[in-house]
Amino acid sequence: MSTPSTSSPPTPAIVLDDVHKWYGRVHVLRGVSLAVAAGERIVICGPSGSGKSTIIRCINRLERHEQGRILVEGTEISDEPRTLAAIRREVGMVFQSFNLFPHLSVLDNCTLAPIRVRGLGRADAEARAMEYLKRVRIPEQAHKYPPQLSGGQQQRVAIARALCMQPKIMLFDEPTSALDPEMVREVLDVMIELAESGMTMLCVTHEMGFARRVADRILFMDRGEIVESGPPETIFDHPRSERLRGFLNQILHQT
Amino acid sequence: MARRLLSALVTVVLALILADIAWHFFSWAVLHAIWHLPENAAHAPDTDLCRAAIGHGACWAVIREKFRFILFGFYPYDAQWRPALAVLCFVALFALSLAPKFWRPSLILLWIVILAVVGVLMWGGVFGLAFVAADQWGGLPITLILATFGLAAAFPLAILVALARHAEGLPVIRMLAIAYVELIRGVPLISLLFMSSVMLPLFLPTGWDIDKLLRAQLAFVLFAGAYLAEVVRAGLGALPRGQYEAAAALGLSYWQKTRLIVLPQALRHVIPMLVNTFIGFFKDTSLVLIIGIFDLMTTGRTATLEPAWQGFGNEVYLLLAAIYFAFCFIMARISRTLERRLAAPHQDIEEPA
Repeated sequence: MSTPSTSSPPTPAIVLDDVHKWYGRVHVLRGVSLAVAAGERIVICGPSGSGKSTIIRCINRLERHEQGRILVEGTEISDEPRTLAAIRREVGMVFQSFNLFPHLSVLDNCTLAPIRVRGLGRADAEARAMEYLKRVRIPEQAHKYPPQLSGGQQQRVAIARALCMQPKIMLFDEPTSALDPEMVREVLDVMIELAESGMTMLCVTHEMGFARRVADRILFMDRGEIVESGPPETIFDHPRSERLRGFLNQILHQT
Repeated sequence: MARRLLSALVTVVLALILADIAWHFFSWAVLHAIWHLPENAAHAPDTDLCRAAIGHGACWAVIREKFRFILFGFYPYDAQWRPALAVLCFVALFALSLAPKFWRPSLILLWIVILAVVGVLMWGGVFGLAFVAADQWGGLPITLILATFGLAAAFPLAILVALARHAEGLPVIRMLAIAYVELIRGVPLISLLFMSSVMLPLFLPTGWDIDKLLRAQLAFVLFAGAYLAEVVRAGLGALPRGQYEAAAALGLSYWQKTRLIVLPQALRHVIPMLVNTFIGFFKDTSLVLIIGIFDLMTTGRTATLEPAWQGFGNEVYLLLAAIYFAFCFIMARISRTLERRLAAPHQDIEEPA
């Protein structure tokens, strides 16, 4: 939540430069280039298999890209353990399937990485965890275990867990897709609040209402490339490509 | 109606059969048992009385006469309090490990200390204790030493091997781990023991002599390590990929991820299988008889080889069975306690409104 300096143009939070990736012989990313400014909120949408999840999973190297460069906060991502650790410290991630640690309490889920990775003392880490659990509105669940919570609560804990590392960038990989419809709202509300606090965010999501409300820019991906990008009004109201028009038709008729 | 009658009939018949067996056993083991034998001219127990009772009365006198040998083998008679104390150490160690309130990191330290104490007691040579070479050890301490040291060493080995088999980024290490597991699993334990006692010395530089017991111990560690590694691997495989990814995304290093996220969950999944392997391994230690180490099973057999006591194997084997059962039962209890204590919390609490 650092405010970019106003004088000189700040380094982009994320730069992707002609990124390619193959799964075996399938070319899943075909030359993706993108610059994300600090504080920018980006929503990535597109049909399934378009490579949108792969993109954000490359940014913290859960997936390895085979060609091109990815820079996070000016540092090029690589397998070098210290570089990788430094990048992952600054990039938080929220998964579709929550991936909370079921053997640890909610509080321990939130304090684990700050203590082990950031070197925070336990008391500080717990105070910080409680602060973020309050922000996602479930401080009362701190001593429960993840399997005892509903899906929406688990996903909010997952967001708090990522925020406890105080990352500069947050990645969301379809955070509401695994939720029952009545729980989508509570998670989106937390994400909207986070967006309004100035966090740099990349969200892969089908929630077009959310996209319209918070996104500075929407990227439409299809078959491994960014087909169109622009502010929500342009993307939703004036789609240029046939592919985007088709996709929007499908999405809008579904919901 | 007819079915209930039949079921009642079956119950009654089964009960009668069981009662009959129990009565025969009671009659043999208690009513007609011989507990004490008079001495003959040579001041040895006169076993003729027992011999006359064979078939309808147990001769517990054989146990009375031989239990020191069965429990401690050829360990110097006057110093047998030392292996006895060592056995008590093991029992105390197991009992402490059973109690959840002792489950903290210092328990590992306690294990190391107690295992060291056992070593001092058995070998001696310090603190005024006479030195006793390992080839004089025998009986229950041998069984407990082989099993406890074996498992204490094999378990960490198994975890490392299982992790190595899971290391996709390190093909050479992975191949080595696979080769180790497949080689050891594909060979009978007996042949491993033979190799360790006959072949290993051939490969050692002259002048080097590793104790026979230590060589058997090594064979056991390798053997148990391979089997346990497969069990641990099953636990690693059962862990959802998302757990690895979430840990990595939070910036945890490989070893932090393994120690804090992966192993606690993976091992919890496989506790019953782990303990099953432990119990099997405990009983497999009796195979050392083929390389001439006098474990509990061997001393028991040897006790009834003496002409005067031949024919009283049943009594001795019953005692051995009781001892093995006691230790395996302890392990089964530890397993149950662990499973209950470590059971992952489920959705057992009502959703708060």
